[in-house]
Amino acid sequence: MAEPKFTIVDRGRVVELGEREGVELAKRAESAGRPVAVDLDERAAYLGVTARERAAALASLEAPDFTLPDLEGRPHSLVQHRGRKVLLVAYASW
Amino acid sequence: MYDELRAHGFTVMTVAIDRTAEDARPWIEAARPTHPSLIDTGHVLADLYNLVNVPTILWIDERGRIVRPNDVAFGTDTFKHITGLEAAKHLAALRAWVRGEATALPEARIRALQSLPTDEDQRARAEFGLGEWLYTNGRTEAAARHFERAGELAPHDFTIRRGTMPMRGVDPMGPKFREMLGAWVQAGNPYYRPLAE
Repeated sequence: MAEPKFTIVDRGRVVELGEREGVELAKRAESAGRPVAVDLDERAAYLGVTARERAAALASLEAPDFTLPDLEGRPHSLVQHRGRKVLLVAYASW
Repeated sequence: MYDELRAHGFTVMTVAIDRTAEDARPWIEAARPTHPSLIDTGHVLADLYNLVNVPTILWIDERGRIVRPNDVAFGTDTFKHITGLEAAKHLAALRAWVRGEATALPEARIRALQSLPTDEDQRARAEFGLGEWLYTNGRTEAAARHFERAGELAPHDFTIRRGTMPMRGVDPMGPKFREMLGAWVQAGNPYYRPLAE
């Protein structure tokens, strides 16, 4: 029987590995200090970004760039608006 | 007012931190915006900017620098009776900034006003991220376990605690939310943390 697949979500990228390799990768990421969430039953893990990295970026006062879609699925990036003052508003239906 | 300010080199970007584009659609269509209205189902912005609740606003200048870090501001006074926050104050400050009538906050002050993420915050976001992937792939019960774990790791993070309610079959405006809010506030914590003056 083929080895079950294990899904790793790493900085938004989804990769499928063999189960042993996936579990090992998640363990190594955690040992390296990354925030990791694992679900062995579901055979999936999410590798996050360290607080140190996020905090350093914010403390630099350089607004972190991002690319997100609109309702039509078209991507928009913060950097496209360089040269203009930007009011960034985060809201939700909840 | 935003149209008036556009002539001064100003753009609004709104980001809906919602579970699907469809959840955000009514708001976006009602506003009929001429500015970018984006959807962030993966909470990418929450991770980058340490967003723990909505609404949160930031001001970014022409060079891409944060000049006003995470603040709570509403566009209208609809919720003033709940939040105690006046929309006019932020709008007046915003207008002065855009029109070049106000001096910028010194960088040391901006940094002092920032709330930076901790290790627990990022572990909570990893649990959220796993939950979101599981939810998107139909593993709703497993997702709920990780959402709950995320909320335990970062109890102040309502982008997680309230934001995941729709994915857990809980009404984010209903009794479970009110119970959560009540417990939080009774413990002496603010639900909204607007910037100090």
